[in-house]
Amino acid sequence: MIGTEAPPVPRNRTPARFGTVVAALIRKDLRVELRTGESVPAMALFTVSTFVLFHFGLDRDELRGDLAAGVLWVTLLFAAVLGINRLFVAEREEGGFEGFLLAPVDRTALFVAKAAVLLAFLVAVEIVAVPAFGVLLLGAVPDLPELLAVLALADLGIAVVGTLVSALAVQTRARDLIVPLLALPLMIPLVIAAARGSAPLLDGGGFEERWALILGLYDLVFGLIALAVFDFLLED
Amino acid sequence: MFGRGLKTLSILSAVLVTLALSLAFFYAPEDADQGIRQKIFYIHVPMAIVALCGFVAGGIFGILYLRTRDRAHDLRSYVAIHLSLILGVGVLLTGAIWAKTSWGHWWLWDEPTLVSFLIVFLLFACYQPLRFSIEDPERQSRYAAVFSIVAGAWVPINFIAVRFAQEANTHPRVLNASGGDLPGEMRLTFLVSLVAMAVLAVTLWKYELTSKHASMQLRALRRKLTREEDDLPAAAPRSAAPQHL
Repeated sequence: MIGTEAPPVPRNRTPARFGTVVAALIRKDLRVELRTGESVPAMALFTVSTFVLFHFGLDRDELRGDLAAGVLWVTLLFAAVLGINRLFVAEREEGGFEGFLLAPVDRTALFVAKAAVLLAFLVAVEIVAVPAFGVLLLGAVPDLPELLAVLALADLGIAVVGTLVSALAVQTRARDLIVPLLALPLMIPLVIAAARGSAPLLDGGGFEERWALILGLYDLVFGLIALAVFDFLLED
Repeated sequence: MFGRGLKTLSILSAVLVTLALSLAFFYAPEDADQGIRQKIFYIHVPMAIVALCGFVAGGIFGILYLRTRDRAHDLRSYVAIHLSLILGVGVLLTGAIWAKTSWGHWWLWDEPTLVSFLIVFLLFACYQPLRFSIEDPERQSRYAAVFSIVAGAWVPINFIAVRFAQEANTHPRVLNASGGDLPGEMRLTFLVSLVAMAVLAVTLWKYELTSKHASMQLRALRRKLTREEDDLPAAAPRSAAPQHL
């Protein structure tokens, strides 16, 4: 019987705290992104080329109001789809899912961390995209604080829904196809609220709070749903 | 397994659909403004309501599947969404016909009800491609359940957002807070049509469940036979539908 005994179980080991796990996962992802530059540079470049495309496609030198809001949000959303496509690829291809599932930690931590990382990516992209949009296409002085609030609320929604869709799609055979097919319709309510809310802001006008309210409701509902269902995507 | 009460339901839905159509054509008064064209209302609106309820029901069966891991719930969810998609095509077609005859356009973008229904339809149209692209049957059911829950909860949010965005009121509201503006006979006809459509949908749902279950059993028997004969496992065809319980 000697040698077949199980190794002694270490006692008094408290399970890792949720915040510690999330922070570790975020650090890992940000480090990967800093070293490989797989997502953010491509997303940022994509937004700028899309603005140039819109300039020629619409044949306008300056945009304002709802047209400007539409161009901005469609561009940001398509750029987000690029990031959503790649969000879990390393986990799948390099065995990160197995590693995570073997670790004695709460699975929801992966969702929270990935959503935070996607949020960080979106903010990084917008730091490039929004000034580029202002220089290249915008023909009015925007109400910056309100615009930033709309951007923040919408980014939160994109991050939550995007993480969920990415986790759904990464295990399918047609990942690149499934992500836009699922993410774009799911984000239509978000685009409606974001575009309607920011249209007057891009024309020097006032802000209607109900759009922020809808964005907040969207973030809240999908945040709760995603927390509830994400675990089921990780059982294998 | 799924066939219980099917005969009663079939007879009931045949009677109710006949009753609803006869009420619509012979009992309900003609619309003062639209005349005979308004009769499509008794098909279009119940169909839309039943389709939306079917999508939400698909989400509820998705929750049940994740809680119990009973693959029958996955089949129920799949068939509910499948049927609602078919009804959805009917809604979009009858809606377009009605819109063309009464508003003069096949489609109106400033109309919340139309736009939100189209978006719901587009999202659920991705359900089958999603299932089809996942090979492992257990994972297929699990992921489909997650999708149906998210999408089912998203249906009301979408309606809120779209309705906020467009204040136009070309499309009539039947079930508004004041109980609609229908006169008594029309209201009765509408309610009978709604019940008829709901019973018809449940009947069709049960028929498809029974048929899917029968072909599952057939496939299992055939697999047993071939395995006994030459020891070759018969490969199940890849499909969006659940292949066994």
